[in-house]
Amino acid sequence: MRSTTTFASTATIAARRAKRWAVILRLLVYLGAIITVAVLLCLVGYILVSGVPHISLDLFALPYNSLNVSLMPALINTILMTALSLLIAVPLGLGAAIYLVEYTGRGNKLVGVIRTTAETLTGIPSIVYGLFGMLFFVTALGWRLSLLAGAFTLAIMILPIIMRTTEEALKAVPDSFREGSFGLGAGRLRTVGRVLLPSAMPGILAGVILGIGRIVGESAALIYTAGSVTELPTSVFDSTRTLSVHMYILASEGMHINKTYATAVVLLVIVLAINSLSALVARRLTKGKMDD
Amino acid sequence: MNQLTLRKTDNTTKRALRETVAHVLFALAASVSIVAVCLICFFLLLNGLPAIAQIGLFNFVGTTTWRPSADEYGILAMIVGSLYVTAGAIIIGVPLGLLCAIFLSRFASRRLKKIILPGIELLSGIPSVVFGFFGLVALVPLIRQFFDVQGMGILTASIILGMMILPTIITVSKSALDAVPNNYYEGALALGANHERCVFRIVFPAALSGVMAAIILGVGRAIGETMAVVMIVGNQVRIPNAITDGVRTLTGNIVLEMGYAADLHREALIGTAVVLFVFILIINLLFSLLKRRSKL
Repeated sequence: MRSTTTFASTATIAARRAKRWAVILRLLVYLGAIITVAVLLCLVGYILVSGVPHISLDLFALPYNSLNVSLMPALINTILMTALSLLIAVPLGLGAAIYLVEYTGRGNKLVGVIRTTAETLTGIPSIVYGLFGMLFFVTALGWRLSLLAGAFTLAIMILPIIMRTTEEALKAVPDSFREGSFGLGAGRLRTVGRVLLPSAMPGILAGVILGIGRIVGESAALIYTAGSVTELPTSVFDSTRTLSVHMYILASEGMHINKTYATAVVLLVIVLAINSLSALVARRLTKGKMDD
Repeated sequence: MNQLTLRKTDNTTKRALRETVAHVLFALAASVSIVAVCLICFFLLLNGLPAIAQIGLFNFVGTTTWRPSADEYGILAMIVGSLYVTAGAIIIGVPLGLLCAIFLSRFASRRLKKIILPGIELLSGIPSVVFGFFGLVALVPLIRQFFDVQGMGILTASIILGMMILPTIITVSKSALDAVPNNYYEGALALGANHERCVFRIVFPAALSGVMAAIILGVGRAIGETMAVVMIVGNQVRIPNAITDGVRTLTGNIVLEMGYAADLHREALIGTAVVLFVFILIINLLFSLLKRRSKL
């Protein structure tokens, strides 16, 4: 062994060392990937395994009481909250994206400002949104803890998501579509409405669904804007509790641990389903592009 | 004839009007984000700054006694808590996330990529309450047993936050790694370096500013995370001595006490949000600088 090393040139030693490093690095990379996947699978698996056996019918009973700990009112509230937030955020997000892509030329100063502010909105943590919603919608506008205050707060939160995805979808529409439409004598508005929006629809839809996922999962922005009343609302000025907030309150009370597990499963499954739907729609978009 | 041309001009003016109205409406929609940012800044500062002025900036961010009943409001312990928890999340999440991104970008087969990447993107949507609950029921008992402590603390929160930022770090740094021109890699390969060396010595450094952007994005998410952290960090106001000690974060302070706070106490909590907001703005600024440099 010793004699071979003395005879071996420095080049082979270096090569051997390089090979050893290569093996170590490769191991590290594989290990990192395996641990990441395992950890995330473990989370989902743990929640499912401990929660699914506790899913029962009275979890979905309609009047909530402290006996059945039903998640049904919270689920309905979540749907209402989502619909209301989208009603506010989608037109605004679409309009903003159309303006940025179709109505402004290069070097427009306003565009830079809008982009920067949209990016700033993306980075703001949800608790800050919640606090702002409490100060502005709940207190300053006097809406109190309500469905409406929560929906407006969430609308601002998902606005940048919808703006960005719509922008990208509009940019992906080939310029020949615009030229063809203008060439046929259509105005700008008609081109947007009849040509661009329909072709960008899958991308926009994927963004909207992503926004829905954000809304359903949100809790910090809602606790001090929509409150935590477990009843169904009779008007938009009633306080409501969405599924995520319900989940948080159950978990922090720690009284009904089995029901909490089951609620976690329902919440997790809903959010994962919404997000995979978004991914599916987005993938259909890219597939369509490849076919063209 | 005359009537026809009249109707035609009438139509064109109507059309022009409609175009203008649409233009204005779109512009208004676009300016909503500007208005929103201005309103958020205005309302936070309006309600937070007077309290900070009344308490005194140094007393507010420089002392560790938080006793609303005695009108003592020092948030240094919370700032330290937020920084510790965030640092812990970075220590746990970044190495794992980067290795996974390198794997997905340069090692994995197409088929494996097709399974793992959508899965990870899917997981980025898991609500923070679910992460928090998982930490509470699975991780806290584990740490309680292992370290013989109470269980809620920096370590627990760091592990959960590290998991939470994994998808962000992986997707952003993967796209940075993918954006490195292939001829960098091929050039290194032609000079005789092996695959691993090419990736770690050539491709990775070339993607470094994008990777930094990913890390900063992760920092932003970790420092702003509220619900998951509140459930597992213990929430004691103190400067911790051990990694398993319970602390309170800035976000936690807001969400725990806002429900019943009044007067100066309430404003001090909004002041806490102002401090958090300043942190976030700095992080955003760093992120957009790096993003511009890496042309992500």
